[in-house]
Amino acid sequence: MPEIERKYVTPGELIAEGSYKPISNVIRIKDKFYATKVGLAEISHEGIRVIPLSGPYIPRVDDLVIGKIVDYSAFSWEVDINSCFFAYLSAQNVFGKDFSPDRESLLKKFAIGDLIYAKVSAYDRTRNPILSVSGPGLGRIPKGEVVKISPAKVPRLIGKKGSMIKTIESATNCKLIIGQNGVILIMGPPDGVLLATQAIRMVESEAHTAGLTKNIQNFLSKYKVIES
Amino acid sequence: MKELINEKGLRIDGRKVDELRPLRIEVGVLKNADGSSYIEMGKNKIVVAVYGPKEVHPKHQALPDRSILRCRYHMAPFSVDVRKPPQPSRREIEISKVIREALEPALILEEYPRTAIDVYLEVLQADGGSRCAGITASAVALADAGISMRDMVAACAAGKVSGQVVLDLNDVEDKEGEADMPLAIMPNLNQVTLLQLDGKLTSEEFERAFEMAVKACRVIYEAQRKALIDKYFGKAEVGEE
Repeated sequence: MPEIERKYVTPGELIAEGSYKPISNVIRIKDKFYATKVGLAEISHEGIRVIPLSGPYIPRVDDLVIGKIVDYSAFSWEVDINSCFFAYLSAQNVFGKDFSPDRESLLKKFAIGDLIYAKVSAYDRTRNPILSVSGPGLGRIPKGEVVKISPAKVPRLIGKKGSMIKTIESATNCKLIIGQNGVILIMGPPDGVLLATQAIRMVESEAHTAGLTKNIQNFLSKYKVIES
Repeated sequence: MKELINEKGLRIDGRKVDELRPLRIEVGVLKNADGSSYIEMGKNKIVVAVYGPKEVHPKHQALPDRSILRCRYHMAPFSVDVRKPPQPSRREIEISKVIREALEPALILEEYPRTAIDVYLEVLQADGGSRCAGITASAVALADAGISMRDMVAACAAGKVSGQVVLDLNDVEDKEGEADMPLAIMPNLNQVTLLQLDGKLTSEEFERAFEMAVKACRVIYEAQRKALIDKYFGKAEVGEE
């Protein structure tokens, strides 16, 4: 492992001086690097980045998100993806290229209030994000419990190579679907859902601490989920 | 006229000329806001809420390349001795604008195109220097909301009372004194974002007041930083990835 130096930073704080590459949430003024968000600064040979601990969800292409249908027109649905922008899901993506609004009604597929698991297929700063539901596992979410966390803490909930999510899933007998936008869907027995929710809340409040996966394991081992 | 500084060199509230009022900042006091803070600076008590970035309504206000910052400074009717009518007064509208302009240089608004960031400042109790306390608290609330910032903004006033240059004027000193000069700076970038002056100062007095206020802003910045660190990291050690 290459050496990585870490420290807690607040906006405007000097992280380092010298020739580094700014990766994310860092501004460079001459050869000084300042943090732009509250978070954990990491200085490595690759460059400097700040892992933020709060902030809005900014969509990125290929992100998997959980969204809620809030409106529809003749050709598309409008989806709330917990971001500063509404996302659009085009009817062509769902019904196929030869979609015609005379033949098919959009409401047959997704109604207002439905939750969907979708992929961001296009987004840049000039336009609102476009979603796609073509892919395995994507589409309408039929059941489950929804928990929202801060989008900045999603990477922590997934853990290194998915370690955290695997820990929670196996201990609670639940299946977790995580949207990059901070919306999490839990499916499983009622006890498990409750326990998983607690574990997720714990991850959210202790996202900055070391050895979090261990703590969660200890916490979860105190309970046993009965299969229903 | 009242005696504002006694023969011992102490002011009406017992402070020395270059002494700040007791300062307390809390982060994340409002559950439903994206970012929030509460500040007590002497008898000033202000709650700040930040919402956004979010979609702009009315839509024609949106800018294609950056976010718009909207501030509302409002004094509660019970915040002063004589009831203040709740509708925004001329003074409040002006202070809202001044606060917006003091915060704007610190924010990287280009990161959130076509959106709006709303900052609501509610003064629960006012005792002079509430715009400075408001700016200080707003910067903390914006950082809490996770909005990209070039730097924090810390603000403090200096002025002239009974012929002496003093720091952080309270309500009586502001009204009876000879000059009041609110100042906001970005402490790491060493830039001034707000400088107003009500009254008259000689150039020497100005230099001295400016220096005093900048020094105080740095103290206030440390308090802002501490408030954020306490909220986000508590007493925990440095984490893994």
